[in-house]
Amino acid sequence: MRILAILLLGFACSANSQTIKIGELNSYKVFPSFLEPYRKGMDLALEEINNGGGVLGRKLELVVRDDGGNPGDAVRVAEELVSRERVDVLMGTFASHIGLAVSNLAGQRKVLFVASEPLTDKIVWENGNRYTFRLRPSTYMQTAMLIPEAVKLAKKRWAIVYPNYEYGQSATESFKKLLKKAQPDVEFVAEQAPPLGKIDAGAVVQALADAKPDAIFSSLFAADLQKFVREGNTRGLFRDRPVLNLLAGEPEYLDTLKDETPEGWWVTGYPWSEIQTPEHKAFREAYQKRWQDYPRQGSVVGYTAVHAVAAAIRKAKSTDTEKLVEAMKGLRMPSPFGPIVWRAADHQSTMGAYVGQLSRKGGQGTMVNWRFADGATFLPTPDEVKALRKAQ
Amino acid sequence: MSWSSVLIQFLNGLASASSLFLIAAGLSLIFGVSRIVNFAHGSLYMLGLYTAVWLSDRVGFWLAVPLAAAGVGLVGIFIELFLLRKIYRAPELLQLLATFALVLIIKDAALWLWGPEDLLGPRAPGLRGAVELGGIQFPQYDLFLIAVGPLVLGFLYFLLKKTRFGILVRAASEDREIAAALGVNQRLLFTGVFALGALLAGLGGALQIPREPASLAVDLTVIADAFVVVVVGGLGSIPGAFLAALLIGEVKSFCIGLGFSKATLVIEFVVMAVVLIVRPWGLLGRPAAPARAPGGSELALQAPGRRPLAAGFALLAALALAPLAVSGYTVILLTDILIFALFAASLHFLIGPAGLYSFGHAAYFGLGAYGAGLLALQKVPLEGALAAGALLAGAGALVFGWFCVRLSGVYSAMLTLAFAQIAWSAAFQWDAVTGGSNGLVGVWPGGLFASKTAFYWLALAVCAALILAAWRAVFSPFGYALRAGRDSPLRADAIGIDVRGRQWLAFTAAGIAAGAAGALYAFSKGSIAPETMSIQRSVDGLVMVLLGGIQTLTGPVWGAALFTWLQDAAARSIDYWRAGIGVVILALVLALPNGLGALARARR
Repeated sequence: MRILAILLLGFACSANSQTIKIGELNSYKVFPSFLEPYRKGMDLALEEINNGGGVLGRKLELVVRDDGGNPGDAVRVAEELVSRERVDVLMGTFASHIGLAVSNLAGQRKVLFVASEPLTDKIVWENGNRYTFRLRPSTYMQTAMLIPEAVKLAKKRWAIVYPNYEYGQSATESFKKLLKKAQPDVEFVAEQAPPLGKIDAGAVVQALADAKPDAIFSSLFAADLQKFVREGNTRGLFRDRPVLNLLAGEPEYLDTLKDETPEGWWVTGYPWSEIQTPEHKAFREAYQKRWQDYPRQGSVVGYTAVHAVAAAIRKAKSTDTEKLVEAMKGLRMPSPFGPIVWRAADHQSTMGAYVGQLSRKGGQGTMVNWRFADGATFLPTPDEVKALRKAQ
Repeated sequence: MSWSSVLIQFLNGLASASSLFLIAAGLSLIFGVSRIVNFAHGSLYMLGLYTAVWLSDRVGFWLAVPLAAAGVGLVGIFIELFLLRKIYRAPELLQLLATFALVLIIKDAALWLWGPEDLLGPRAPGLRGAVELGGIQFPQYDLFLIAVGPLVLGFLYFLLKKTRFGILVRAASEDREIAAALGVNQRLLFTGVFALGALLAGLGGALQIPREPASLAVDLTVIADAFVVVVVGGLGSIPGAFLAALLIGEVKSFCIGLGFSKATLVIEFVVMAVVLIVRPWGLLGRPAAPARAPGGSELALQAPGRRPLAAGFALLAALALAPLAVSGYTVILLTDILIFALFAASLHFLIGPAGLYSFGHAAYFGLGAYGAGLLALQKVPLEGALAAGALLAGAGALVFGWFCVRLSGVYSAMLTLAFAQIAWSAAFQWDAVTGGSNGLVGVWPGGLFASKTAFYWLALAVCAALILAAWRAVFSPFGYALRAGRDSPLRADAIGIDVRGRQWLAFTAAGIAAGAAGALYAFSKGSIAPETMSIQRSVDGLVMVLLGGIQTLTGPVWGAALFTWLQDAAARSIDYWRAGIGVVILALVLALPNGLGALARARR
């Protein structure tokens, strides 16, 4: 009886509400280290928007779901958000294949989908569709951001290590292509592709050392990165050998390395304590005040994604999907990393990332010599993109 | 590779082998004595890892390791006393379901206790650095690990050969009934063995902290490896587990050393498949003593009477009319339930009437999905794609089944798992055809079945027809022959039934049905990724069958409905939904050891 009452009450509430609903789905249980801060970032943005009176005079509401960590469940959850919860916008996803599956559904059901995190290039290029927009700088962009450093090193023999799935594969492909273009005499002497989460670090380190490379490019992250770093430190792989590693400067992955943090690696990441731009300071202070914790990369992504949806609704002056899609195209908005634009050509935001070197400070890893790499400068031109998005 | 790097890779292999051996030994011991396939063994390893990292900040590394191992041993005692002890008499494999629930609960407990971030433990004091071997740096700690494996092997050998406890353990592994008849206190023995196994898992985890961070994903990656080692070595054989760990450690290490790192995705399963085909009981295993009174506790399936039949058809009619009454999402959820009901029913046909365990049924689900998806992307109409998907799965089952029916029990089940993993890795790596890790997108039903409701009716028609056909087959001469072969292979053989032939046919038929379910799944989701044939999917199928009850006919359908609904409802409303599902499963296991289907039977 009580359950029935609760159900009826819930039904009554949702029937009366005039909120604008964002349906957010993500692999909260599979990638908690990134997604718990992400959720906090979303909540902070939501509170800011609603305390400021909401959008179009209505409150914004987040309907958060776990996508079960696989595309089949994710599609079902997205369907539930669209048909039962009647959300106005879909948002979220982490892994590439889940992002692509939900993006495809969004195209099919004609719902706006703001893909916040998945890094795959395909979601905005080969498999891009009218209804999908992506926030994070893609694998290609982040790889391109590291290329100037790779060229400056002027090393001939490169070894590559990457997790064996879409993200690692496309990072490797882009790296080889871009470096070859900038430095035609480069040689790629070894490639190691351990399964995601299951690197046999000792053997991989030895195999890389056997190839006697001058430098190493890695796209490992999380547990794989930690194992690789520790074995490499012990076995002297990184002695006199520069390393480039995508994502390793993100607090989610860097903070776990502590006193193992390798000195001098070039990485993309997020030096949260050192960025002193007004927009970032405001964000950091608000976040720390709200959560008594420091922001991670995920916090910035979740925070910006919610604000992006709000900005699109404001610009469209409506929650109609077609109007929202038009509003997203070319949308300009502020973010903790500075102003960003959602490109009309490929639905990719120009959010950037920070490129810098790893260093140890008091038993903790930090980023030094860092600079901000604006996403806009690392994207192909609209014409090049048009060729990639041929299907549309 | 120079000679010195060959030496180093050899040592790398030995170090991994030591770690593998520690967890596999515990798993093997537990299985040998209590016949429990302890799915939560990887979770115990994970607990050891987390506890040791946590303790080493407080009491230092060298004290943290034994304390963590002992702590996990205590957890093992607790699990045995309050859970497993209550279900030893339950049907076989039910313990698997209970330990699966523990996996879910322990994972969420670790998340709650230690938070989401990976925890990298300290290096081992005294063994922080490296030694130089042939001009190459090799970690001191790995040398220590290499020594630990044989030490533990020696200890276990001594324990099993020279102590009274060991004699009892061996007696119980050899023949449980006789040991019990001779007055061996089985309760104490089972508790002791489970605690020892848990302790070894905890020790294995704790010893890893200088080599790998404590993370929440570690439980499932470890359990698969441990199963492989145990089966390759021969169930219940400790020296076999050691040998298998060496074999797999070295093969992996040299795959990487020789530049075939992509092969490590699946190499241990390839090794397992080869070993099982050549040596059906693993490297050092022996055929198990035949269980006495086979199937004695099981009630023979009865053909349903008139009233249940009428109720079934009423349910079918209600399902057909459902879209007229309920909203859009319910239709989508019902479609999922139907698809999984067919998948579970096809698996049940193998496990129940045919008596063939399958831990890799997702292979056929996935083959069906990929077959249908690939054809749909070539603009083949839906009907053709569905049929072709099912047939592709059937062809896969025909090939794999030929090998699997030649083995028995858990060995056969593990061979199905090996084949499923091989199929999975093909889907994962064959980028040009399968789309690699991203899979295929844009597989939507067109034309007549584009609407969700029309597709639901299609799914209902296909699933109901195939499930009814499977049930009908159980009571056909074919079904009786299968059940005879399951209950008494010798007698069935003696009266002229070609038991293997029938089982092979059953395997293929189940493959076709699972393939049809997979093909429907592809169209209902619009995309397919390698997950459709992952271990997780196979386990989900098993959970559905076991929840429903093996010895019932309709059980898998109820199990599929409950599990799918639970996942949907729990993931929507609670934060720790995984643990929530685990608790519900545990409650059901304790309250209804014969499954949901038995409830329906009791009512009747």
